[in-house]
Amino acid sequence: MLNRYPLWKYLLILVVLVVGLIYSLPNLFPADPAIQVSDAQGNALDERQITRVEEALSERDIAVKAVEENNGQWLIRLQSDDDQLDARDIAAEVLGPNATVALNLADATPGWLQAFSASPMTLGLDLRGGVHFLLEVDMDAALTQRLEVNASAIRELLRSERIRYRNTTIDERSLSIDFASAEDRDAARRLISRDFPNFEYTSEGDGRTSRLVMTLSDMAVNEIQDYAINQNLTTLRNRVNELGVAEPMVQRQGPSQIVVELPGVQDTVAAKRIVGATANLEFRLEARHDTPDAETERFEFRNDPARSAELMRDVIITGDSVSSASNSFDENGRPQVNINLDGTGGTLMNRATRTNIGRNMAVLFIEHKSEDRIEVDPETGEETIVREPYTERGLISLATIQSALGNSFRITGLDSPTEAAELALLLRSGSLAAPIYFVQERTIGPSLGAENIERGLLSVQIGLLLVVLFMLVRYKVFGVFANIALALNLTLLVAVMSMLGATLTLPGIAGIVLTLGMAVDANVLIFERIREELRNGMSIQQAIYAGYERAFTSIVDANITTLLVAVILFSIGTGPVKGFAVTLSIGILTSMFTALLVTRAMVNLTYGGKPVKKLRI
Amino acid sequence: MKPLSQLRIDFMGRRNLAFIVSAVMLIVSIGAILFQQLNLGLDFTGGTLVEVRYGVAPSLDAIRQLLEDSGFQDVSVQTFGASTEVLIRLQQAFDGDVGNEVVNLLRANGDSVNLVRAEFVGAQVGDQLRDQSGLGLLVALGVVMLYVAFRFQYKFALGALLALLHDVIIVVGVFALFQLDFDLTVLAAILAVIGYSLNDTIVVYDRIRETIRTSRIDDMPQIFNEAINATLSRTLATSGTTVLVLLALLLLGGDMIENFAIALLVGIVVGTFSSIYISGALLIPLKLSREDLIPTKKEVDEEEEELP
Repeated sequence: MLNRYPLWKYLLILVVLVVGLIYSLPNLFPADPAIQVSDAQGNALDERQITRVEEALSERDIAVKAVEENNGQWLIRLQSDDDQLDARDIAAEVLGPNATVALNLADATPGWLQAFSASPMTLGLDLRGGVHFLLEVDMDAALTQRLEVNASAIRELLRSERIRYRNTTIDERSLSIDFASAEDRDAARRLISRDFPNFEYTSEGDGRTSRLVMTLSDMAVNEIQDYAINQNLTTLRNRVNELGVAEPMVQRQGPSQIVVELPGVQDTVAAKRIVGATANLEFRLEARHDTPDAETERFEFRNDPARSAELMRDVIITGDSVSSASNSFDENGRPQVNINLDGTGGTLMNRATRTNIGRNMAVLFIEHKSEDRIEVDPETGEETIVREPYTERGLISLATIQSALGNSFRITGLDSPTEAAELALLLRSGSLAAPIYFVQERTIGPSLGAENIERGLLSVQIGLLLVVLFMLVRYKVFGVFANIALALNLTLLVAVMSMLGATLTLPGIAGIVLTLGMAVDANVLIFERIREELRNGMSIQQAIYAGYERAFTSIVDANITTLLVAVILFSIGTGPVKGFAVTLSIGILTSMFTALLVTRAMVNLTYGGKPVKKLRI
Repeated sequence: MKPLSQLRIDFMGRRNLAFIVSAVMLIVSIGAILFQQLNLGLDFTGGTLVEVRYGVAPSLDAIRQLLEDSGFQDVSVQTFGASTEVLIRLQQAFDGDVGNEVVNLLRANGDSVNLVRAEFVGAQVGDQLRDQSGLGLLVALGVVMLYVAFRFQYKFALGALLALLHDVIIVVGVFALFQLDFDLTVLAAILAVIGYSLNDTIVVYDRIRETIRTSRIDDMPQIFNEAINATLSRTLATSGTTVLVLLALLLLGGDMIENFAIALLVGIVVGTFSSIYISGALLIPLKLSREDLIPTKKEVDEEEEELP
């Protein structure tokens, strides 16, 4: 019999539609505007503090919808969007500097839907407001830093073996050491190559110009760069978590870039300072009078450039050995940072201070920065921006070692409590393995986000309405089928996007609108073909059958090519364009399903297997 | 109402007129791209963009003056949507903090100024995006051509490719001619136009292939006419619904996707024209014949005999 589906096909369609419905439903419950409160040090917050916030909010007539606790973080849901910013300021004021307060949009999916682990689509930054950073990791600096660490260790090794060297210099990816004689050089080469297998060794010169050049192998370079990126990702994640942002994203993009997205954050300056900070500490001994010049370096004090001190080149430990840090005030009310070292750091510190009691130890603050300079090509007059990285190093304290230091001690000499708090945060979250630079930055205000959603939804609704009317007028009963299919298509599209955890962006909404227009295409093709076959004198049942059959190849070919383009769009695109590509691809797949199977099922149920006198198409 | 397909319009008879119309549009577009050049958006040029909302409509000249006096060069100030919303573009950004500096500067006068969005794109990123986008377009065209050559025949692939280039050049030309901002979302729209126009072209080609296989006549222009007429009502219905939703998007979607909607609208109108006319008509100079689709009868018979 023509135009009848076996029962299993109806059941399959029904199952898909029910699943689609369940997973698209959470999107109907709008997320609550909320503020998220957490302790800056990562401890659990006291419930009494939250009660105080609630009281302060009700005093200012801000209606609270609900308060929830989750892993020590508190979520205060509000009734109205307009109160969100005020509520954040009030909470920050009540809780003081030790709590982090962030804006959030809290998922309002009801419990029975959560039981299916259904959740709404994530909204992109352009729809909820926030900050987007693209960071470039300075790979050259990563290499130089690694070489410096190696040079320090090699100097130590040579001294302990009593091999005399004159100078160490660092080039792009090689390290050269000058010796006074070829014998020293050869002895050093034997010694060093045993401990540092990552280098390729060449001996240059002779006699007083003997030189050993150690070059990093390609593999070692790759390894260092991968390590730098991964280490930076970890550090950035730690820092972003300390900021207390809801649903932050830190992701690698390409070989040397990192994307950071902070929804709900508005204070870009503070966010940039924390995310982009490349500050680190170095602990070094002050040089003795008799220390050879090759082993010392002179640094100025950060808060008093007129003062300076001669320090040893060798670093005792860096901020990387810090296991925890917090800020407080000393007896005189000056800001200080309390530091706890990890095992190896503690041992190194103890060994260095034990034998040097009475000498001065310096804390050196290091920050990698960059400066853009415009360079004009003298021939073409073309202007290019050249970025020049530089490193700022300044002493923050120089104090006499009174006794052997252990795992924990404190440093003073900081300018302000804020600086102490940020230094503690940076030491806690770890330093960046290589300096990073901001190459792209995007801030979207919350009002623009809300406006974008509103307009986007309106255009989806109006677009949908127009298409529905058009199809009704043109195809009558079949138009009803196509419209039901269109509604189901929209449901499925939203469901698949929610299930995949895809992010909805403004171009994504445009993709949905476009999909609505194009989704009816398959049905139009089929219906036109049915009309044509009817004109050619086919019987009604045969015309329906032939219409679906003959339009099939066109539909598949046309959709596969569009899908190919969408996939390419996805692979080359970034951010918003990716969002568009995702909705477009999913829309193509769901529209094929609804147009080919679902309308066919409806047509078969209505007309299949029974005598039909006239087809209203 | 008489069905469109019954009109039997002689499309191929007027193909020279269509070619002339296309040629004129192409020349104007290429001229605009070459001489007026594209107004590339921030995504591709790098620089800083700051969108602020004033309490009351400000004087744009005053803002420009204020910024230039404070040492910013190459400042472009324009309203964006409403008269209280101002878009400030700075071509050369020294660092990403310029956005905040601008807002603070504008606030210094006591005006109520709110930051709506600030974007900063480094020059390297812009270059990278430009290269990547060009590559993406080429790859998209290449892959699609291969698919068509595989599913149909290379002459179809060539026809489709030329029709697509035609569409892309005209859309880009419109953006150059009217100096509209060409940013990443517009590029996405152009790729979508490629997908859409191809969709149309393939439906027409599919019908041409079917008609060549079933009809007994050898007169290609007549076969093309028949195929195009048969798919005409479908082409117009689909373009119609798509244009409807795009109009909704253009008028209601807000300023941020205005250019995106314009690119798609132009692309779909041109794409519909090209899939009716250009892609079909191009098959005539490409000398498509029945033999290109159906191997000569003899060979088929021999093959069948060899089968067990």
